[in-house]
Amino acid sequence: MENLVNIFVKSIFIDNMIFAYFLGMCSYLAVSKTVKTSTGLGIAVIFVLGFTVPINFLIENYILQEGALTWLSPQLADVDLSFLSFIMFIAVIASMVQLVEMVIEKFSPTLYSSLGIFLPLIAVNCAILGGALFMQEREYANIAEATSFALGSGVGWFLAIVGIAAIREKIRYSNVPAPLRGLGITFIITGLMGIAFMSFMGIKL
Amino acid sequence: MSEREPLFSAKNLKLIREPLGPSNPITVQVLGICSALAITVQLKPAIVMTLSVMAVMTVSSVVISLLRKMIPPRIRIIVQLVVIASMVILVDEVLQAFAYEVSKQLSVFVGLIITNCIIMGRLEAFALANKPWPSFMDALGNAFGYGLILIIVSFFRELLGSGTLMGYQVVPNSFYEFGYANNGLMVLPPMALIVVGVIIWVQRSKNKDLVEQN
Repeated sequence: MENLVNIFVKSIFIDNMIFAYFLGMCSYLAVSKTVKTSTGLGIAVIFVLGFTVPINFLIENYILQEGALTWLSPQLADVDLSFLSFIMFIAVIASMVQLVEMVIEKFSPTLYSSLGIFLPLIAVNCAILGGALFMQEREYANIAEATSFALGSGVGWFLAIVGIAAIREKIRYSNVPAPLRGLGITFIITGLMGIAFMSFMGIKL
Repeated sequence: MSEREPLFSAKNLKLIREPLGPSNPITVQVLGICSALAITVQLKPAIVMTLSVMAVMTVSSVVISLLRKMIPPRIRIIVQLVVIASMVILVDEVLQAFAYEVSKQLSVFVGLIITNCIIMGRLEAFALANKPWPSFMDALGNAFGYGLILIIVSFFRELLGSGTLMGYQVVPNSFYEFGYANNGLMVLPPMALIVVGVIIWVQRSKNKDLVEQN
């Protein structure tokens, strides 16, 4: 249990998707103009990460890895399908996004109308595929660890995008040099936020 | 060469030239930032990344452009993802076979070429509506524009951060004896953002048309 909490906190602050790996920067820059829309997108990312990473974990461990197919028959012990992982992961993500969209539409129309337009965008958000690939690279021991990593990364992404949106709302009242306005200053602020987040690096968990 | 001339007509050449400056994919269209920042600590991975993106982008642009009349609009995103993903698998296998060290350094970012918005974005915006040859030129131009920023950023980060270029030391030892020290901050991820911010600043103060209003 303690281990799960550690992974969760670590993926929020130390291995933050945006500040440490720059994943999901495209939507981070494009959708961070107001706090309201960025909250919607952030929640959608937590949602989709929380679903897709565990599913991809199962696919990785029971289908793709070398020797993972032994549960089907012992003859398959030396089959290594890991070269298919990119295409499997992206297929899972694209179909999960579609599925999540349909489920939310059916059961919670209010949530759907607030998330609606963002869900399809998420299929091509690097943070989601990045989550799956980091899960593969770091070799988490079981599905609980993978899930807590996924939720932690989602929350970290959420914090980052809501933070930058709040700053961008305020910065409209400041006198930024003309060529820096908009994109330029957003980059520099994100860099400064990243430096601030790096102070968490010293924490050993 | 005179019959071949239309291939390199002014319109087609413009497709290559534009992304280098006024419609640069990174600093103006804001596409493909994720990978651009993460792998620019050193020059070598940045160049390998540029070449990989170029290969994936040109081939998938041509393929999508050839298929553009056959792809039903409702499922076009999945079709595009499949084409891109198969190309990325090829590139990944080639890198692992011939440049194992660099492929380890790039880690997950080779896989992330799949969701690199620059490729999807150009497929959606250009290849789906144009013939194969202009799509090829457009893809090549955008890959060059992307690579240009990558190489500028990684040049400064490697030079100032570790005093080397392509792994060779360029800052002479006598500098260090006088007390020059590498700027350790340049190696850390946040500095990539700030370097790109400064590039945008320089580009926009030269080209006033790009300045945003708010």
